[in-house]
Amino acid sequence: MTELGLWGVPLAVLGGAIRVSTPFLFVSLGECITERSGRINLGLEGILVMGAMSGYAVSFHTGSPWLGVLAAAGAGLSLGFLHALVCNLPRVNDIAVGIGLMLFGTGLAFFLGKPYVQPKAPTLPSIPFGFWSDSPPLRAALDVNPLFLLGLGLALGLNWAFRATRWGLVIRMIGDSADAARAMGHRVRLVRTLATGVGGALAGIGGSFLSLYYPGSWSEGLSSGQGLMAVALVIFARWSPLQCFWAALLFGGAGALGPALQSVGVTSGYYLFYAAPYVVTLGIMIATCSPRRTLAGAPGELSINR
Amino acid sequence: MPALSGRLGRAAEALAIPLGALAVALAVFGLFMAVLQHNPLEVYALIYQGAFASPFAWQNTLTRAAPLVLTALCVALPAQAGLMVIGGEGALVLGGLAAAVVGHLLIGAAPLTVKVAMAGAGMLMGALWIALAGALRHYRGVNETISSLLLTYVAIALFNHVVEGPLRDPASLNKPSTKPIGAAGMLGSLPGLDVHWGLAFGAIFSLAAWVLVRRTTWGFGLRVMGGNVRAARLAGLPVGRLLLAACALGGAAAGLAGMVEVAAVHGSANASLAAGYGYAGILVAFIARQNPLAVVPVAVLLGGISASGGMLQRRLDLPDATVLVLQGVAFMLILASETLYGRLSVFRGADAP
Repeated sequence: MTELGLWGVPLAVLGGAIRVSTPFLFVSLGECITERSGRINLGLEGILVMGAMSGYAVSFHTGSPWLGVLAAAGAGLSLGFLHALVCNLPRVNDIAVGIGLMLFGTGLAFFLGKPYVQPKAPTLPSIPFGFWSDSPPLRAALDVNPLFLLGLGLALGLNWAFRATRWGLVIRMIGDSADAARAMGHRVRLVRTLATGVGGALAGIGGSFLSLYYPGSWSEGLSSGQGLMAVALVIFARWSPLQCFWAALLFGGAGALGPALQSVGVTSGYYLFYAAPYVVTLGIMIATCSPRRTLAGAPGELSINR
Repeated sequence: MPALSGRLGRAAEALAIPLGALAVALAVFGLFMAVLQHNPLEVYALIYQGAFASPFAWQNTLTRAAPLVLTALCVALPAQAGLMVIGGEGALVLGGLAAAVVGHLLIGAAPLTVKVAMAGAGMLMGALWIALAGALRHYRGVNETISSLLLTYVAIALFNHVVEGPLRDPASLNKPSTKPIGAAGMLGSLPGLDVHWGLAFGAIFSLAAWVLVRRTTWGFGLRVMGGNVRAARLAGLPVGRLLLAACALGGAAAGLAGMVEVAAVHGSANASLAAGYGYAGILVAFIARQNPLAVVPVAVLLGGISASGGMLQRRLDLPDATVLVLQGVAFMLILASETLYGRLSVFRGADAP
């Protein structure tokens, strides 16, 4: 970092944002799909950790990190279905079930993942977009994981799908008014189950990024609450997949700012940077809510809306 | 089997449904253990031993239950007014921080003064923090569930900033902590027991909360509001004040939990305070169906399951996360069993449709 001086900070933040934001991106896209269908899944934290563990374990046994990503998606899908099926029962509170799932998912992952703390599993490769440069920090910042690009594509695709495809509109309608959807003959619970399942699968992939790329190993302290933050992120992004992408970059960048500042000698106050995204999210909520109207853009069926 | 009616039916229902769900959870967990080649009966026996079979086990269990009772009240009290606050963790860490600071400043004062001041500081801090979420709800219509979750992250960041920055004890090298509270600030054990006073605080707080909610006019107003805000407004109830008070009381409980953890366990404020008691308290409250008195047995049960982790680890060489799996299964099933209320004909008497 010496040759770049202070320029190293924005560069490290950019590189860090790209690295750190990928799990945020997947988790928030997953939560976005789920919330658009009218449910909140607070259990994505458990799903993320479970995805990280199963991805690492499968990569270790098969030698293929991509199979690991697939396994993580599968684990996320099944936990997402679990949340959905429990919430399909009448009078069950989706927020409480989410917290239960958080505990269950992390517990199961810690239990099953005990043997994988030591061994080294093959991790995901990255695409060196910085090949043209001689500067090591620049090259490090431009090493991009394919999952990041996949997430970007997914954000663009979902943005289009919610606007222009039949199933996108069905999900949005069910999220805005279950009664209207029922009257039109759509199967509300089925769609919500699928949306929660897919949301879980994406969170699982986000978890596999943690264990298979950055930081790239499995341990019990792997997640720093990325799954729980998903809820804040989606509000921040106003339930738009494309804005989820920018929000994830911003949250990731805020997280990367601390270590980057530390490397140039600023050692105090960086915890406050971690808090910045939450303060901003809260500020947005305060600015856009009023006693007469809840959050603009929120799906009408969301339990936090009532 | 003749149908039970009225109050008796409801009481039996409230007891039988969660216990039934717990039994199913134990069966599922036993199956899981059997698949992994462990004898389920042996595992059950060890969990019982580790949680409730000896004075040492009870001590371990109750020490874990004490903060859970208080953080559960942080959910259960606002819930009476129809609010869902999930930010107990934030109130806990900030309450603990305030208590640690006051405890350090008052070194040399009389022991009782120090303790009362620490408890007061913790409760005040927690009350203000959760009341902030309540105020945002009342004045700006911001959803309290999300705002309290966001405030928790802000609280933990503030806490880390202060503990690792301005208020760091230079002597704490590996684990940044605030300066220690003096010996006078430390909470001792309950007489005759090896459990610290936090348990008594929790029990008293929960009893007081129950009396307040179920046996006073104020509590009745709170519950009317929880049932229907518009009806409460039409009846002339001071909705805003009720809402803020419910949040503040809940926050005070969580702040007290932070004070207890500082004064009885850690001796200063450090990162160990954010141990997830705030989140576990949410589940305790939901399983207790937001009944302030029922949170005590539920917290003891949960504390017992966590306490038995060490026993399973030593005897069967199971990972310490085993108890987390059992807790997770139990919670998912108990939450799912919520759907059965009012639908089992055994518990429905003459008053049912």
